[in-house]
Amino acid sequence: MGLPFRLLPKKHMFAFTVKRIAQALLVMLIISMIGFSIKSAFGDPVRELVGERVTPEERAQIRERLGLNDPFMVQYGRFLKNAVQGDLGRSFFFKKPVTEVIIAKAPATLELVFCASLIVILFSVPLGIYSAIHPKRFFSRFVMGGSIVGVSMPVFLTAIMLIYIFSVELKWLPSFGRGETVTIFGWWESGMLTWDGIKHLIMPSIALSSIMLPLFIRLIRSEMMEVLESEYVKYAWAKGLMPRRVWLVHAFKNTLLPVITVGGVQLGIMVAFTILTETVFQWQGMGSMFIESVERADTALMVSYIVVVGAIFVVVNTIVDLIYGLVNPTVRVAGRK
Amino acid sequence: MRSRWQRFRESFFLYSFLRDPMAYVSFAIIVVLFIGAFGAPVLAPHNPYDPTTIDIMDSELPPVWSAEGSTKFLLGTDNMGRDMLSTMLYGMRISIIIGVGAVALQAFLGIVIGLLSGYISKLDNVLMRIADVQLSFSTYMIAIFIGAIFQTMFGVANYEKIAAPLLILIIGLAEWPQYARTVRASVLAERRKEYVEAARVIGLSKIRIMWRHILPNTLSPVLVISTVQVANAIMSEAALSFLGLGMPMSKPSLGSLITAGFEYIFSGSWWITIFPGFLLVLLVLVINLMGDWVRDYLNPKLYKG
Repeated sequence: MGLPFRLLPKKHMFAFTVKRIAQALLVMLIISMIGFSIKSAFGDPVRELVGERVTPEERAQIRERLGLNDPFMVQYGRFLKNAVQGDLGRSFFFKKPVTEVIIAKAPATLELVFCASLIVILFSVPLGIYSAIHPKRFFSRFVMGGSIVGVSMPVFLTAIMLIYIFSVELKWLPSFGRGETVTIFGWWESGMLTWDGIKHLIMPSIALSSIMLPLFIRLIRSEMMEVLESEYVKYAWAKGLMPRRVWLVHAFKNTLLPVITVGGVQLGIMVAFTILTETVFQWQGMGSMFIESVERADTALMVSYIVVVGAIFVVVNTIVDLIYGLVNPTVRVAGRK
Repeated sequence: MRSRWQRFRESFFLYSFLRDPMAYVSFAIIVVLFIGAFGAPVLAPHNPYDPTTIDIMDSELPPVWSAEGSTKFLLGTDNMGRDMLSTMLYGMRISIIIGVGAVALQAFLGIVIGLLSGYISKLDNVLMRIADVQLSFSTYMIAIFIGAIFQTMFGVANYEKIAAPLLILIIGLAEWPQYARTVRASVLAERRKEYVEAARVIGLSKIRIMWRHILPNTLSPVLVISTVQVANAIMSEAALSFLGLGMPMSKPSLGSLITAGFEYIFSGSWWITIFPGFLLVLLVLVINLMGDWVRDYLNPKLYKG
């Protein structure tokens, strides 16, 4: 624990990496196991293939041919093998492989998350720094008060208010859908290249960012205030550096590490909130697809969403942990026990 | 010997409470809201659960201060002709019951798991890994997934029949890691202390040491997070209801009222969704502010920021 960074042998980082990846794989196995048990208990693959109008005898025949009477572990093994090759089953509603459905819906969600993150970064950094430097000023108090109200406001309510004000009363912005989209790279349907698409993006991104923004402002503020108290910042002041240089280079740079770590974890919350935001704005992304699949009892699609989102999470968290371990060596040693 | 009341009046607890306007104003609003919610059968002007008193001709009436408003319905009526004020009071009661119930379940699970993992180091690694993984997925995500799985398991009709206990179960299962981590951290700090050594030397059993000696000393951080957790649970319930995984419209919570009103916002009937929304934000806000005060009072060093 007390060793300076320089003295740590490199092998700790290697051991840490291996351990973290093994853990990530284990978590993925557990998620896929849960997903598969739901699918095999409640889904009906025969219906997914041929629909309802089949005699019981034919149904039994198809079941036998698909191997649905095999032991659970055999079926799970087959599911895993297919999943690794990108085959997660068929959606009975869309009559297509679920991987295709999810890939078609992903750009909408990713663009939404991208725009919301942009808003969060653009606003939280200056507001957080300002309210840390001048905690007593009226504007800082206003920002902090607003952030408490923001935390207490559910994202779907923010969205409804936005719709009421800007679509129903003022009629400035469209209230649902993605508007005009352009296909790029052959498959990515982008709404960010047309004026109509951007107009449709504004309100959903604001609604989605409204939940992260207060959290990040508070986080940056508290980390920054702590750093401003530290010895080396006092030393920087004593050297007579420009205030701007002390605040931005000495203090803010060192608040970034915790902010990035928390940011990685918050990604999960962001994905959960895309489900809510997309439902309000009828945004044709992965989130509203998931809720529709639950309503239609489209088990294969529902389970695939859980597995895919789980995989995204595990990968992001592992990368964040590894970056953190790389920059902050005490994590590695503590993790090693 | 002074009476309990006298000691209470001279306590630092009361002093710091009365000195902080944020604390007593929030507390007063919480008391009013709770009385409104649990006194709903007595206080509410109409009974939204009784179909005989509802007239569909009264549907979508605006609040009393607008031109077409009726004095019979103070805050207007919803799309089924139910009085908004009464429906909101009953709805808030359901929201609060689910919120508090879910927190009780989380606290129970979290305390048991936290104690086990803090005191028995063999279990520690496994249990805390599970908690870490679940936390990294965010509690909302887990709650939505469990809700979706339950709805697939039971079917929509059955799910709606037992929605309230199911929601308590879902939110409880989704948020226990917060408690488990807090309890574990304080157990790790407590178990090295001399009084625990002493209890072990006397020959008390592990279970007794855990429950009677360590647990009481870990309760103040549990209390700190409990207030904020109630607010979180109420928000989770509203979110689940909004997605159609929550309370049905025949027994609406605040969340399902907001959902139901959303369709009517385009025709100009804003009150069906804005009033319950405002009430939900107010409820969650005052509980959060109260939680801030409890945190500062009980342990100024527990969290930063």
